[in-house]
Amino acid sequence: MADSEFQPLDRLGIAARIARDIPEGWFVNLGIGIPTTVSDCVPHDREVIFHAENGVIGIGPAPAPDAVNPYLINAGVQHVTLRTGGAYVHHADSFAIARGGHLDLCVLGAFEVSETGDIANWARAPDEPVKQVGGAMDLAIGAKRLWVAMEHVTKEGASRIVRACSYPLTAKSVVQRVYTNLAVLDVAPCGFVVRDMIPGLTFEALQARSEAALHREAQQ
Amino acid sequence: MIDKFVASMADAMAGIEDGSTVLVGGFGDVGAPAALLDGLAAQGARDLTIVIVAGGRDGSKIEHLLELGRIRRMVCSFVRPASLAGRLYQQGALELEIVPQGTLAERIRAAGAGIEAFFTPTAADTILAEGRETRVINGKNCLIEFPLRGDVALIEAWQADRWGNLTYRESARNLNPVMAMGAAMTIAEARHVVALGDIPPEHVHTPGPFVHRVIHVPE
Repeated sequence: MADSEFQPLDRLGIAARIARDIPEGWFVNLGIGIPTTVSDCVPHDREVIFHAENGVIGIGPAPAPDAVNPYLINAGVQHVTLRTGGAYVHHADSFAIARGGHLDLCVLGAFEVSETGDIANWARAPDEPVKQVGGAMDLAIGAKRLWVAMEHVTKEGASRIVRACSYPLTAKSVVQRVYTNLAVLDVAPCGFVVRDMIPGLTFEALQARSEAALHREAQQ
Repeated sequence: MIDKFVASMADAMAGIEDGSTVLVGGFGDVGAPAALLDGLAAQGARDLTIVIVAGGRDGSKIEHLLELGRIRRMVCSFVRPASLAGRLYQQGALELEIVPQGTLAERIRAAGAGIEAFFTPTAADTILAEGRETRVINGKNCLIEFPLRGDVALIEAWQADRWGNLTYRESARNLNPVMAMGAAMTIAEARHVVALGDIPPEHVHTPGPFVHRVIHVPE
């Protein structure tokens, strides 16, 4: 494999690739990690409404250091701004938005995604002594579309694109698309279908880094 | 004349019993009822169950209550393993019930709304569902959830009038209106006292009937 002939996307590169595919008018929740930076990559004149599950609709860019409103944070407890037209809701309404099918899109980070669209993103082992679930299970089951942003392989070189998740599930059969630092993959009835690859990467090289079988777009 | 304002923190905390379930508003420090949690620590009730979105960050008022040994059980969506709550749990000194965040909010809302159970797809296909009732509804695997009732709710508000009508600032609304619904006695700390009628009726966020005591805690 000619590894030197392609340059994997960095985290911001993955976010920017996702942002390209978000059209004006969508109502979008971004999870913590790579997904959070997606909003910075959407041009301000493209009206996309970002939701934070603590109860903010219409999140704008980060505030200037001298213009921080201590009462205005996102779900990652970072200070944010509100766009003109934004609104505040309480937590039960905010999760009604997430669980009730009102979001056009949710983008989450993950440890693994399976070829049937299962996502594992909240625990590394079923017997983790202290569970940290947060809102991921609510977000994963409720949005009209669930996309995942993650590195294609772990630091140890194991694929995160798998036949079946080995980590505890967040939700089953919910992921529609995965954006990695190497490719864009759709979860289709036949499994993973490659929609896009970074320049210089071959299908064979991508398959070699994927535990699950990949399908070419024309094959499905 | 209805007047829900109390003159002192001791009056605000009067009657909170050992063994109470206490719903606590806030998300991080935003909208957290810091003065009431100090009041609870001073009041001395113990063997408490604390229901809160995320439990016991370092330096938080909940961590202080844990240090004082007042909390027997926490119900929340998230605890850091290295925090005091995480360490006490691993030592067997704290009970922990981890609930998905939306399910947590909805279980408290259900308590306030008289709903005795509901089914949700959230967590239905996860290890959190092990040993619990699930049912396929509208083609979706769903998990049964039961209401989370509080004996007491502690919340933070921006404005309050003597009927207990409340407003919240920006994202400080978060869990406060939900906690206010879910408890037998809701105690609010309000940054500003306003006259009855000063909050336009259309702009009341939590109406007075959900609120039982208010204490003025200026900024």
